[in-house]
Amino acid sequence: MKRLIAIFLMITVLLVSMCSLSGCFGTTSENNSGDDLSSSGAKSNEIVVGIAQDPDNSLDPYKMTAAGTREVMFNVFEGLVKPDSDGNFVCAVASDYKISDDLLTYTFTLRENVVFHNGEVCDANDVLYSFKTCAATSVTSAVVTALSDITEISAEGNVITITLGSPNTDFISYVSSVYIVPDGYNEQDTKPVGTGPFKFLSRSVQENFIIVRNDEYYGDKASLEKVTYRIFEDATALFTALNSGALDLVAHLTIEQVESLTNGYNVLEGTMNLVQAIYLNNAVEPFNNELVRKALCYAVDKDAMLDLTADGHGTKVGSSMYPAFTKYFDEDLAEAYPYNPQKAKELLAQAGYPDGISFLIKVPSNYGPHVDTAVTLVEQLKASGIAAKIELVDWNTWLSEVYGERNFQATVVGFDSSILTASGMLARWETGNGKNMINYSNADFDTAFALAQSTADDAEKTKHYKRCLEILSETAANVYLQDLADFVAINPELEGYEFYPLYLIDMSKIGYKE
Amino acid sequence: MKKVKLNANIFTLCGGIIAGFVTVLTVMGFFWTPYDPNAMDADAKKLAPSLTHILGTDNFGRDIFSRVLEGAGTTFIIAVSVVAIGCLLGIIIGALCGYYGGAADVILTRICDSITALPSFLLALVIVSVIGAGTYNIIIALGILFIPSFARIVRAEFAKERERNYIKSAKLMGVSDLRIMLVHILPNTKGVLLPAITIGFNNAVLSEASMSFLGIGVQPPFASLGAMLSESQTYLSSSPWYAIGTGGMIVLMILGFSLLSEGLSRNSSKI
Repeated sequence: MKRLIAIFLMITVLLVSMCSLSGCFGTTSENNSGDDLSSSGAKSNEIVVGIAQDPDNSLDPYKMTAAGTREVMFNVFEGLVKPDSDGNFVCAVASDYKISDDLLTYTFTLRENVVFHNGEVCDANDVLYSFKTCAATSVTSAVVTALSDITEISAEGNVITITLGSPNTDFISYVSSVYIVPDGYNEQDTKPVGTGPFKFLSRSVQENFIIVRNDEYYGDKASLEKVTYRIFEDATALFTALNSGALDLVAHLTIEQVESLTNGYNVLEGTMNLVQAIYLNNAVEPFNNELVRKALCYAVDKDAMLDLTADGHGTKVGSSMYPAFTKYFDEDLAEAYPYNPQKAKELLAQAGYPDGISFLIKVPSNYGPHVDTAVTLVEQLKASGIAAKIELVDWNTWLSEVYGERNFQATVVGFDSSILTASGMLARWETGNGKNMINYSNADFDTAFALAQSTADDAEKTKHYKRCLEILSETAANVYLQDLADFVAINPELEGYEFYPLYLIDMSKIGYKE
Repeated sequence: MKKVKLNANIFTLCGGIIAGFVTVLTVMGFFWTPYDPNAMDADAKKLAPSLTHILGTDNFGRDIFSRVLEGAGTTFIIAVSVVAIGCLLGIIIGALCGYYGGAADVILTRICDSITALPSFLLALVIVSVIGAGTYNIIIALGILFIPSFARIVRAEFAKERERNYIKSAKLMGVSDLRIMLVHILPNTKGVLLPAITIGFNNAVLSEASMSFLGIGVQPPFASLGAMLSESQTYLSSSPWYAIGTGGMIVLMILGFSLLSEGLSRNSSKI
């Protein structure tokens, strides 16, 4: 009898919890969270931000690989210059910079009152050290390449002069990723020290990551005293915490989450500045055959996918460039492969697969939008005789297995750019590049990319980069899908959120309303 | 005395009806579903239950009832396989240990005890992280974890029965050990084994649901009750019928077999 009672209790609890979660949730939580917010805002000047992935194990500014790490560490590290929300480069550790007409000499004047988070004053030696260390240890190959072109770097008082071997219009953007760190400090992995508006306080792996205001900051000091990032590797747990009012800010929400948000938070819409695609391993069967990749492109109905996964939000892309980067983005490429299952079948037959193909898509399970996209894809591909299977992997497994070992056939993720240049999106597809996860190798692409890199004239350079994008599309390097709509839910007491053309959240601009 | 008997029948009766209903639905799901469980429709997203979609549709416009049928089938197969593996190996280990005793018995019993001492779910997570996620892998992982519970029960029965006189006389008559174990002792363990199997089935259903809920079980887009419940979480406030339909099926499945096992154990305890 005891067991029976237990069972009935269980059912009752289940039903009650279901009902309270679904029906009555909205009104009660709104009241509760409203009260909580006003009181917490008055008491302390701090916010809690929910993020979907733990920052990299190493917090060394030159060893960050995940976009999620840069998103956080942007607030801690600064270069001589840093990007603003329009995509321009503004002075940071440098107070002024000049570029010679031949694009070979960059002169930076060091700002005077810059103090590192550990109390040391930033001088020219630190800058030289940072450039040297970055060139030697950076995992961002585009940065290493750009820095390797420096023929001379010297400091005279507080003026730093950098001379390049060949003109490089993009160089200033690479300067922004050479984060200035104190000379000789060797605990960046665990206790990062930079010059940014926030300093690193502590981290608890898989749990939280805390930064606090840098009161010695030279520029406009941040309004918030403390930002706690809480890590929720499960999207649902993240959303539940947000909706309960436990979090003040969560970026990268999906449309579904926004629609079911009931706590009265403000919702802002931008794009994520990344390129979501089915990235195909160009080195393994069957995707080493260009015809198969093209067939896959024709087999995907992007419009239907946007409708299914995001109620039509999001911007279609046709190559490795996101729409916010208007200088290079070519929207025609997004229509290069209109949905045509018949054509897909023909191409497959031509490629020697008359009975269709089957393959495995590895998807990082913590990114809901990618999982949804993969689920939709599997269904869409059936119409073209393509049998795809999904394997969900956790983020660390994805990083080591798919990104590191390149042990995959296809994966659905989004690639962003760590630097604000076209090469940030394109350099990785060069033959033999360390980040060339898909093993793409195309001589025309390499030539066009090299030309773009070596050309000084901006118009000419843009032309070459655009050619690179066209080649990626023509050879169907990947099945390019979209730049996802990016929704940010923010506590209505807060203001100052800005969208950047880079994957980051600038905490220094955010503050409680007066 | 009469009342107790009546109660036992009610448990068995209710359990039988519910379990039968669930089984019929599940078996039907293997052959026929009202819609293709994976067919998406952008115009029919998140529809509330109606005559065309009796349990509504999910975020991709897929018919939830069809997916519940398919998902119940998946969950059912996994649970049955897990119990089959656990029960079979559990009987073999338990029978050998209980019948022969000795050092091997002590060692195996301690191993079983130490497995039971750890939370089984954590162990399953460890196994899955080593051999990878996926339907077959969780059958293996859960199957291994289910062995100790069966082995202990069976061992206890065998150890008890082997001292009985009818076994001793059988031995004197020269009956082989294998025959004694299979023909003489095993049938006598059914009183405890049957309820253990039904409880095991329930635990297997719940374990599968939990593991798929965490995304390490059945991989999308294939439906399983746990995976669906996990997906439905996101839409709990906008389309609660997704969670209710799926959760309801799990509740029915567990309830039916729990009642059945309760009834069975009451019947057997009277013997």
